[in-house]
Order: sequence, then structure tokens, then C-alpha cells
Amino acid sequence: MGGLASLVARLQIDWETLLTVNLPALIVVLIAVPLVLFLYIMGTELIVRRFPKRAQPTVRPWIWVGPAILLVSVILVYPMIGTIIRSFFDRGGSNFIGLGNYIHMLSDGGVLIVLRNNLLWLLLYPAMVLIFGLALAMLADRVSYEKPVKSLIFMPMAISFVAMSIIWQFVYYYRPPDVPQIGILNAIVVNLFHAQPITWIQDTRFNNYALILIAVWGATGFAMVILSAALKGIPGELLEAARVDGANELVVFRRIILPLMMPTIVVVGTTMVIFALKAFDIVYVMTAGNYNTDILARRMYAELYAAQNHANSSTLAVILLIAVIPVLIFNVQQFRAVEARR
Amino acid sequence: MSTAVTAAPPRQEGAVTARAPRTSPLSAAVSKAGLHVAVIALTLLWVTPTLGLLISSFRPGGAFTTSGWWTAFSPPFNFTLDSYRAVLGESDLLPSFFNSFMITIPGTIIPAAIAAFAAYAFAWMKFPGRNWIFLALVGLLAVPLQLTFIPLLTLAVHLGLTSGNTLPFGLNAGFIAIWLAHTGYGLPFSIYLLANFFRVLPQDLFESAEIDGASPVTVFFRLVLPLSVPAIASLIIFQFLWVWNDLLVALIFIGGTPEVAPLTVTLTSIVGSLGQHVEYLTAAAFVSMIVPLIVFFTLQRYFVRGILAGSVKG
Repeated sequence: MGGLASLVARLQIDWETLLTVNLPALIVVLIAVPLVLFLYIMGTELIVRRFPKRAQPTVRPWIWVGPAILLVSVILVYPMIGTIIRSFFDRGGSNFIGLGNYIHMLSDGGVLIVLRNNLLWLLLYPAMVLIFGLALAMLADRVSYEKPVKSLIFMPMAISFVAMSIIWQFVYYYRPPDVPQIGILNAIVVNLFHAQPITWIQDTRFNNYALILIAVWGATGFAMVILSAALKGIPGELLEAARVDGANELVVFRRIILPLMMPTIVVVGTTMVIFALKAFDIVYVMTAGNYNTDILARRMYAELYAAQNHANSSTLAVILLIAVIPVLIFNVQQFRAVEARR
Repeated sequence: MSTAVTAAPPRQEGAVTARAPRTSPLSAAVSKAGLHVAVIALTLLWVTPTLGLLISSFRPGGAFTTSGWWTAFSPPFNFTLDSYRAVLGESDLLPSFFNSFMITIPGTIIPAAIAAFAAYAFAWMKFPGRNWIFLALVGLLAVPLQLTFIPLLTLAVHLGLTSGNTLPFGLNAGFIAIWLAHTGYGLPFSIYLLANFFRVLPQDLFESAEIDGASPVTVFFRLVLPLSVPAIASLIIFQFLWVWNDLLVALIFIGGTPEVAPLTVTLTSIVGSLGQHVEYLTAAAFVSMIVPLIVFFTLQRYFVRGILAGSVKG
């Protein structure tokens, strides 16, 4: 514990700034923010009560949804429309050039690699997450220590993609063949398979898969938890009856478990598709888009900040939106189908 | 979104009946052993990367760069807090820790409260366009945030909500921008989750409260909120982890300014700047993971329930 004491003693905290600037700000925020929200709803109710009795039910709902509609309009809807319009104008923003930006972007070799990589993410990430998630849900369901197993596999869901990337940076760590490997993957390659160590992050044969694997590792627990709940929702008698009739485990899985879980699998799958299209952090931290690993969201960020090119940046964002539209329509249809059943 | 999941509430753990197929005792024992091996192997596979990093973070720099973390289990046992000392004392990590709270707490409270107001109206009040507006929110769940960045940044600069400006009480204006951004981005999912929960509350309750002359404000604070604690708890945990772990929105709206940068941003800048002290990165990563891990392991139940009730946000 002496180590811990010296650790605390050595912390070079700027106490003055912390106590005079940061802490008061945090306290003000902690008090002011809830107070403003509370006063809003109380104050407006007092105003509504002054309205004629018959007008009150007409006015009141808008007071409750008002802030949400206002914020969603200003922060999501208005900028969306702005970006779509911006993508039809040149870099300066004053000349309408129709699909010019799109033609320019789609004929850029770098963007084509970006699209190929996004396609790779789109195909591999949801599929692997579902396969691992389903397998783990079914296996864990049959052991008595299901809870701790699920907790451990679910854990990456709580940490940031940045932390995940750092964790895996050390799994993929490369050192020259003549010195001991400190990354576990290359240690296995060298000591077990007696092969040359591989630069997992730079080698274009492996790097995209290496990055996708990080995301798969992070999301599998999420899929497992949802699929596990659906699995436990299947009546035990149904499975028992099939087994009594002589169906083997494979048939039970294919004919009963899989069809009954399909709606849940679809829901998890669409969520993963959206994540695959919007992936950003892992590539940003691991390669900054180098070594042919760039993806749409990271390239869009680079066009916005590094290149300061709003035309290209808007165009890439709209391409991202176009890719998401099928999922968006699917979500809305699913929602309406459920509403109709209510 | 997660219609199937909400439609069929998960059976209680205890209700799982025996599912073992009828086979001979010997082959049953063999397949049972195979099952345990598979489960334990997969769990180890999942834990090893994190475990490796944790062990590495307690190893001295010399050992770290010359041998794998798995050799730490054999003598000489050589552990130290040097890496933690270094990242906490000499980098921007500690101020960032504070900034992360400064961003995450309002970034969670504001959307949760505004979403609760809206969800109450969507679930229990009648107004023209109600269903269409709700449907639009469902559509917005999938829309990429990237689409909003350029116009929003322009707007933030116009309003002076950038990390270069300081407001009264020493509040950096960049914080306001990022709170509002996280509020807008979080609202569709939050409203969706809460409205689905609110509208299955028993209707008689509202009717009798109305007959007693209770105002909507009273009903909201005295009935709806207390009855919805599980849903609100899971939403708050979800949004808290989402904002705490966010990198992209922070990069866009407050950039790398050390006075406002949260942990994720500082950590990302450390990744490239450590030079020969790459072992410090391991400790830095763990410092950033402490809060989410505490939240996760203490409140896991609510977190899982939230996931099951509302799928995830886009």
C-alpha cells in the first residue's frame, strides 16, 4: 500500500484550478440543469391553467413534447437537410454542381477502397457477431455458471472503442523475428507455428479482418444477452416434445429454435448493420485510415477536419445515409407492423 | 425495433426445465464434458485480451518491452505502479477524467428528462400528428450522426458555443455545445424506450387520478416516474455509458483542447505520443475504463433490461 500512497502524493493535480474553476462549474451544472428542467414543466403548467378549460388539452401536449421536437429539429433534422443540400454545391459552397461531388468522390481510388472496406464490415461484422452470440447463448444456457460467463463476455460492451482498441493493439503487437514477441497473437504464431511474426495492423492481407475482429469481440456479448433472453422464451415443453418424438439436437435447432428466434436475430442483425456502416473509433485509433483500412465515417471526418472540404465531407455523409436507408425503412415497417397488432 | 423481444418477456431463469436429450449415461457425460470445455475456452478467449492489458499495466517498463505479459506468472515476480504514476502525474489524463464527468452528467440528465416529458405526451396525451411524429423518431434512430456535423458546427460557431469561449462560473462554452449535441442525438432512442414503457402502464390509474383532479404534472411526478424507475434507470445507464465512451462527437464539437477534452480524446492522443514509453498506455486505458466498469458491474441488471426493452440507438 506504500506504493499507493506515493502514487497519490505524486499526483500533480492543479488543485487551484480544480477547486476554483472546475468544481464550482460542476456544482452549478448539477443544480442548475435539473432545476431549469423542473421549473420549465412546473411554470408552463401554471401558464396553461390560465387558459380556458376547453383549450387546455389542446395546448398542454405541445408543452410536453415541445422541447424534444425543438431539439430534434435543430440538432438532427435541420442539419440533415443542410448537409444533403450542401453535397450538391462545390467546395466554396456557392455554385450548384448537381451530382458533381458524387461523381468526383466515386471516381477517387481512395473512396473506392473505403467503400470496399465498409462492405467488408457490413458482411463480416453482423454475421460473426450473430454466430458467436448465438453459439455462446446456447452453450451458456446449458451450464450452471451461466451468469458469470455472460457477465465476462458482456463486459466489453461497457468500455469505449478507444479502450478496446488499446487492448487489442497489445494483442496484435509486432516485434522483429529476432526478439521475443510481447503480443500474444504473434507469440502463438512464432512459438507454436514456428512462422515469421505478422504485422497484423499494417499487412493489408490481414488488417481489415483484424480491425473487424475487435468490433466483433466488443459486440458479441450484446448479441448474446438479447439472443439468450429470446432462447429462454422458447417453451421447454416444445423442445421436450420434439425430442421425445425422436428429433436429434440438430433438427431441434433448425426446425424449432432457429425459426422461433428469427425475429430477434433480425433485430440484432439490423442493429449490427447500422453499427457496421457507422464504425469510426476503431479505425481512427488503430490505423487512422492508413494501410487500406479506411472507412466512410473516418474519411468523412478527415475531409471535414484535415482537408476542410465541406463538399466532399457532406457527400460522404449522404452516401452513408443512402446506405442506411434500407435499414431505416425496415425499422419503420417493423414498428408499424407491431402497432397494427396492438 | 426490438419488437420480438418486448413481445415475449424472457422466462425466469428458474423456469428453465431440464432439456437433456435422452441418451446413454456415458455419451451424456462425454458431451457434458465437451460442453464445459467449449464454454470455458470461449470465456477465456474473451477475457484474455483484457487480462493481458491489466497484467501489463502493473509490469515495469523494461520487462514490458522484452517479454510477454504471460511470463509475469513465473519468478521473478516484478510488479509496479510506475505506469499509473506516470499517466496520472504527467499527462492530461486526470483533468480529462473531470471533463468526462462534466460532459457525461448533463449529457445524460438533459436528454433523459426531456425524453421523459415527451414520452409522457406520446403515451398519454392526444395531439394532432402524434403517430407521425413518433414514426419520424423511429426513422431517425438509424440516421448517421455524420449527416449533422457540418451545419451544427457552423451553428455552434455562430452562437459562440466553442471551446475557446468561457461563460459565467468558468463554464467552458464547448461543454454547452456537446451537451446539446448529445441531447439531440440521444432523444429519439430515449423517447422510443420510455414511451414504449409508459404506455403499458395501467390506464385505470390515470383515469382515477384525473377524476381526483390531479394535474398532468402531479400524475407525471407522483405516478409515472415512480412506476417507471426500471426503464428510467436503464435509459440513464445506457446514455451515461454512451456519452462517457463517445469519441466522435467529442472530437467534432470540442476537438483536442485539453481544458475540455474527455478521457476518450486524451487517450487517443496519448496512443500516438508515448514514444518509448508505450507501457504507459496500458495504465491509461485502465483509468478510462474504471467508471464504466463500476457502472456496468453494479447496475448490470438494469443495463440488460434496457437493452432488452429497446434494442440500441443508431
